[in-house]
Formats: sequence, C-alpha cells, structure tokens
Amino acid sequence: MKVIKHSFDGVIVGAGGAGLRAAIEAAPHMKLAVITKLYPTRSHTGAAQGGMSAALANVEEDNWNWHAFDTVKGSDYLADQPAVDILCKEAIDSVVELEHWGLPFSRLENGKIAQRRFGGHTVKEGEAPAFRACYAADRTGHMILQTLYQKCVSMGVTFFDEFQVLDIKIDDGVCKGVIAYEIATGNIHIFEARAVTFATGGFGKIYKVSSNAHSLTGDGPGILYQKGIPLEDMEFYQFHPTGIYRLGILLSEAARGEGGILRNKDGERFMERYAPSIKDLAPRDMVSRAIATEISEGNGAGPNNDFVYLDLTHLGAETIKQKLPDITDFVRTYVKIEPINEPIPVQPTAHYAMGGIPTDVNARVLSDATGTVLPGVYSAGESACVSVHGANRLGTNSLLDIVVFGKRAGQSMVDYVSSTKPMALSENAAEDLTNKIENLMDKDHNLEFSVPRIREELQDTMEENAKIFRTEESLEKQTKILTDLRDRYQNVTISDKGKVFNTELLEAIELEYLLDMSDTTVASALHRKESRGAHSRVDHVERDDKNWLKHSFAFKNDASVKLEYKDVELGNYEPKERKY
Amino acid sequence: MDVKVNILRYNPETDRKGHWEEYILEADPDERILDLLHKVKWFDDGSLAFRRSCAHGVCGSDAMVVNGENMLACQVLVKEVSTPIKIEPIRGLPVVKDLVVNMDSFFDSYKKVMPYLVNDAEPGERERLQSPEDRDRFEDTTKCILCAACTTSCPVFWTADTYVGPAAIVNAHRFVFDSRDNASKQRLEILKDVDGAFRCRTAFNCTSACPRGIQVTKAIEDVKRQTLTIN
Repeated sequence: MKVIKHSFDGVIVGAGGAGLRAAIEAAPHMKLAVITKLYPTRSHTGAAQGGMSAALANVEEDNWNWHAFDTVKGSDYLADQPAVDILCKEAIDSVVELEHWGLPFSRLENGKIAQRRFGGHTVKEGEAPAFRACYAADRTGHMILQTLYQKCVSMGVTFFDEFQVLDIKIDDGVCKGVIAYEIATGNIHIFEARAVTFATGGFGKIYKVSSNAHSLTGDGPGILYQKGIPLEDMEFYQFHPTGIYRLGILLSEAARGEGGILRNKDGERFMERYAPSIKDLAPRDMVSRAIATEISEGNGAGPNNDFVYLDLTHLGAETIKQKLPDITDFVRTYVKIEPINEPIPVQPTAHYAMGGIPTDVNARVLSDATGTVLPGVYSAGESACVSVHGANRLGTNSLLDIVVFGKRAGQSMVDYVSSTKPMALSENAAEDLTNKIENLMDKDHNLEFSVPRIREELQDTMEENAKIFRTEESLEKQTKILTDLRDRYQNVTISDKGKVFNTELLEAIELEYLLDMSDTTVASALHRKESRGAHSRVDHVERDDKNWLKHSFAFKNDASVKLEYKDVELGNYEPKERKY
Repeated sequence: MDVKVNILRYNPETDRKGHWEEYILEADPDERILDLLHKVKWFDDGSLAFRRSCAHGVCGSDAMVVNGENMLACQVLVKEVSTPIKIEPIRGLPVVKDLVVNMDSFFDSYKKVMPYLVNDAEPGERERLQSPEDRDRFEDTTKCILCAACTTSCPVFWTADTYVGPAAIVNAHRFVFDSRDNASKQRLEILKDVDGAFRCRTAFNCTSACPRGIQVTKAIEDVKRQTLTIN
C-alpha cells in the first residue's frame, strides 16, 4: 500500500457544522487540514430542518435563562448546568454571527430574524410555548452547512475530501496525528498533527428505522473507544416522534411548531392526555413514548396498527408552502400523498445520540470519569457529549451545539498549538491500519460473513431490543446477540479487492464502529436501573435521582464493556418532577 | 415484482472501457432507485461503486443518469420509471469507477464565482436587517445542494468543459441578489467572461434536472440581465 505523509499543526475530522465552525476558528492561526469522508456539503448537518434556538426575543419577550431552564428540564436534569448556561448564553451571538456570514434566515416584516415555536421551549419556565427557534424555512441545517462552507471557501481552508480517517496516533497519552484512507485511490495518508478534533456526527445506523444518513456510523467515537477512551451517556438515544412511516425520513418538529397535530387511528389528539399544557410540543422523548404507547395499546392506524398521523391539513396551503416546503415535498415524493389535504403516516425514528465522546466545555476530550484531559484531542457536535443535552435533547439545540462548541473546539486547538511544538510520526505509524486493511483484503469472501448480513441483523435486533422501551430481559437478550455478532465480525469478509473507491472495505470497517456503539449503548442501558429522558426502563419506571443523577462512562474492556460514573454538575435548577 | 436493471460498469483497475451489466432484482414499486443499487452492492456484487449519504434528496451525493435523465437515485421510486432501468454516471466529468465521477472541476467552477457573502461594513452587535421581500429575491437559489445534476445535463458543458456551468451561476445568483452583499460587480465581471453565463443556450435541461426544483435557467437569465447593469 502506498503511504503518503503530511505535516499539519491541526486536523479536523468531519466537515459538518461542528467541524467547519472549528475550522473557521482555527485556520487563521495554524496549518490546518479538514478531512472528510464525504464532500463537506454532503454532511448530515444539511438535513437538519426546523431551526436553531436563541433568545433573540424578536417575536416576544425572552431571555437565555429561560432557554437554559427548558434545556435542563428537557434533559431530565442530566445535563451539566454550567455547560447549558454557556450553550444558551452564547446562542445569541452565534446566531448573529451566522447572519453576518450570510446565512439567509427567514425574516419578520421588520427585517429581523424570524423565530418559531418548538418542542419543550417555553417562556417563563414553562408558562407557554416560546418563539425561540431561528429558522430558514424548513432547511435551517442546509443553510448553516452552506454558510459555514462558504466562509471556509472564502478563507481558503484546506480540505481533504473523500478521505476517511481510520486511526489516531496517541503516544504516552499525547496526540500525534491521524491516519486516513484516500477513497479514490486506496492510498494511506499519515497526517502529523498535535491537535485533532473529531466532529464526525452520530451513529443512527445502529437502528433499522433512522433519520440518519448512511454515513453516520460513529467513526470518531469508535476510533477513540478502541484506544481506551470512554463513551459517555450512551444509553440516551433520541427517537424523533415524526419519521415518515417505514422510511424514517425526518419530518421536522417545526410541523408541530407551526400548529400540526398528532392523531391516533380514531383521529384523537392523544397528546392532550400525555402533556396537557403543551400537548404536541412536549419534548421528543415524551412524544415518542406516547406514540409507542398508543401503538402498543392498539390505537395505531393502518392495517397493522403501527403508525399515527401527523395532521397538517388545517394549516392551509400558504403556511405549508412558506414554512414547511421541504418536508411536505418529502411526503409527496416518498408517500405520494398531499399533506395539504391528507394526514401523514408517521412513527418514531432513530435520530440523535445524546451520548458520545466525553468533553469539557472547551471541547477537550476526557479520558476518564474523573475529568482527566487527553492532551491535543477535541470533539464537538453530535460525536461529543459535553453534556448539554443530558438524557433528552430539545429540538433546535443540536444546531446550536455544533456552532457554540465547534467554535470552542477551534479555540482550544489554537491554545494548544500555540503552546506546544510539532511532533513527528514515524514512517511506520500507519502499520496498524495497513495490517487491518490487508487482513480484510486477503481473506476469501464468504457470504455468511458479509458486511450487509451482519449489519442487517445488528440493526433489526437493536430496533427490537434497545429502542424506546427497554427491559432487563430485552437488553440481556441483545447483549448475547451482540456477542454473537462480534464473533461473526471477527471473520468478516469482502468481495471487492480493488483500490479505487472500495466502499465495501470502508463499510466493513464502519461496521466495527457500529458494533462498538451498540455494545456501549446496550451495556449502559442495562446498568442504568431507572427511567430518565430517552432511556425508558419498563422494569424501572421512575427516575431515581438518589442513585442515578450521574453520567455513565463506558470503557472497552477486552470484549466487554466496563462502566464508571460521574456526578452531574448542577446549577440554578434543582431536579424536579418533569411535567408539561 | 422482478425489475430488470442495467448499470454501466467501469473498473479502472480491470476494464479498458465501460460495459453494461444486467441485474434482475426483487423490488417493491415504492422503493427508491438507490435501494436497487444497494441490493446489487450488498447482495450481489460488493464492488459496485456509487456515492450516497442522506438517502432523501438533501445531501446531493447520488446524482446519476437514470433512463437518460439526470436525477438523484434516492429521490425517484421504482414505480416512476420504465423498465428495464438504465443507470449511468452523470456526463461530462471523468468517471472514477462505475457511477462515481471526479467532481474536482465542478467544485473549482463553484469556487470561481466567489460563493460567499462579501460585506466589509461593521455589522454591529445584532443581525443585519433584511425585508422578507429582499430575501425572497434569492430564496430559490439558496436551495442548491451542489449535486451537479444541472451542470452535467447541460449540452454546452458537455462540449466545453471550461464553461462554469449552471450550478456555479446558481450560486453566484444567490449572492448577486442578496441585499447584504457588496461584491456583485466582481462576480458579474467573472460571469461576463467567455466561459460565463452567456455560454448558456437556454436548453432548459438544467431546470428539468434540478432535484430541488430550482428555476435554474431563469436564474441564469437573471444573472445575464444583471451583467448588463455593470460597466
């Protein structure tokens, strides 16, 4: 295999919102490379729809403290409150900055940025739904991704497009660089870099029905986990209430923010029973549980009673055209119904990982549950766990997270690079990776051990045993299944032995990350004997603050997972019963 | 139902030129063309190469030619196309392998038109104001996902690959008509050039090809007209 060496001060892995925002901050101060397995504009930030919250108060009175309260309550009190304060306070400048860089926000008549309602966001600590989400129709994520990429183009940031990072080199606890695979040629590239940020996004592909792109396979968390870095709060995985039935394609919460209503097979607005005050705009964990409950009680619609309806028919054609054009187009394209006239079949879809690589508020990666910083390694966005989302993320807070903590990751890289000297990597630094690839290439192909077969079984069983409602029984069953899948993965084979655009090879490597993400999700969920936010244990239905007001840290321990815990950082808001 | 799919295959490591391969696939009429490609890749021939990511028409990875027309493979259902389904790479860019083309020149053209907001005035602590009407002037062209479906459907681009192409002009339009931008003149100078907007012969292929429904030809016409306002 041909090995090519590059020398940079800093490398950012991933070119979605968090990676690009970090790049804008770091690029003027160091020799920087952004490495992405896609093209930057293909990143999944572009699929985010509804908005980005900030207490701009353009529509009504608002302040960032109310936003912080909602975020903490939405997190079921698992978020670290000092981090939430940073998120909500810096939200305002972050939105304004994006506008200054050209983001085409939708506008109010007076020319200010338009704001809409969203789940779990309220004024005066729960009084009524708040107009807080700044938006650009229902393609806010697309606009953020485009704007950040445009800014990077204007600055001349160096990109390595369609290069996939597959290894990090850490010697004696210090970061020295990453190893990447060039997809177009099969060449291996060593990137010397003493500051490395992972902004690789989520891992929704551990589930069968997901809003996530095929590319979301937990690469950053997987690479670090295999090096002994723990993953935090992996049991908290968000299911978005309104995915298109069977396909999982996201239909933004903005649909309910603009007045859309969920109905069961009898046409009943069932959220009135589950969240009497804010109804359809309750946080996602509650709405997804409500839908799952309606379905399990026989109130689902369709021949199999397995979906509910998202009803937009009362909103009128003009509102739909102006404010929800993309999602209604998805419905027309994939379901062939007209949302102006007919309700849309929906079901919860795997959407967002609250957990991930543990970091402090400066995006510095932590190597244990006591807060030890791993020098030179950073993470931001969905791949990271700060934690600002705790046990359940509020809608719009992910787009905020990527810019607030992406920027902080970039600043931390600058601080670190300016106070350290370049570090060299030896010519054989790529050996682990080249051995791994040669091993995969050399094995004769055997269909029984093909990537798609193992992956399909993984996704089917995670969907069945580790989704919205979990029990000790279902999680133990899944633990055994994962052990079996892991055994089979040891023999995984591929048929493509070529160098050029061998995506089968990359899917094989990504499958190992998916197994890592599943192992840590299931182990963390099995150990947490309470229900909190997105983690619902049928056999432990109450939240247990006495024993479980703490973050899980899952470590790789040979073939199993070892768990440690860290107390939640509280602040202004004492844990209370969570009612809406 | 069984569906016959023909894919133009090319592997630079073993083939001197492309050749058609036929696949008979069990498929549901509601499945996407992308699902068919995955069936081939996952259960028949793992070496089939194509780009894809979001699978619902927003990332722009999987533009290809299906039955002669440019589209995103994830945005078109089996029941919407006639069989046998013929799938080829987009035209006018060098083929890397199977359905994957080299996108370098496409992104180079995009970068030529200064695709970013230019405004050196101190913006202040809050957002710049922009009326909904002013924002509407460039709303359509903000939707571009850089999939290259428009540019690679353009007959002018096929014969003159120095032409910046529809996608680059769309992205120039997005800033030329943004009331906050101050670099229209520079952008329009670039687009007045011999390889700029006036190469367009209004074939409208780009407009039919755009998976985001952007009125691409109209945007090019808007830009052409606007170049007449500068000296």
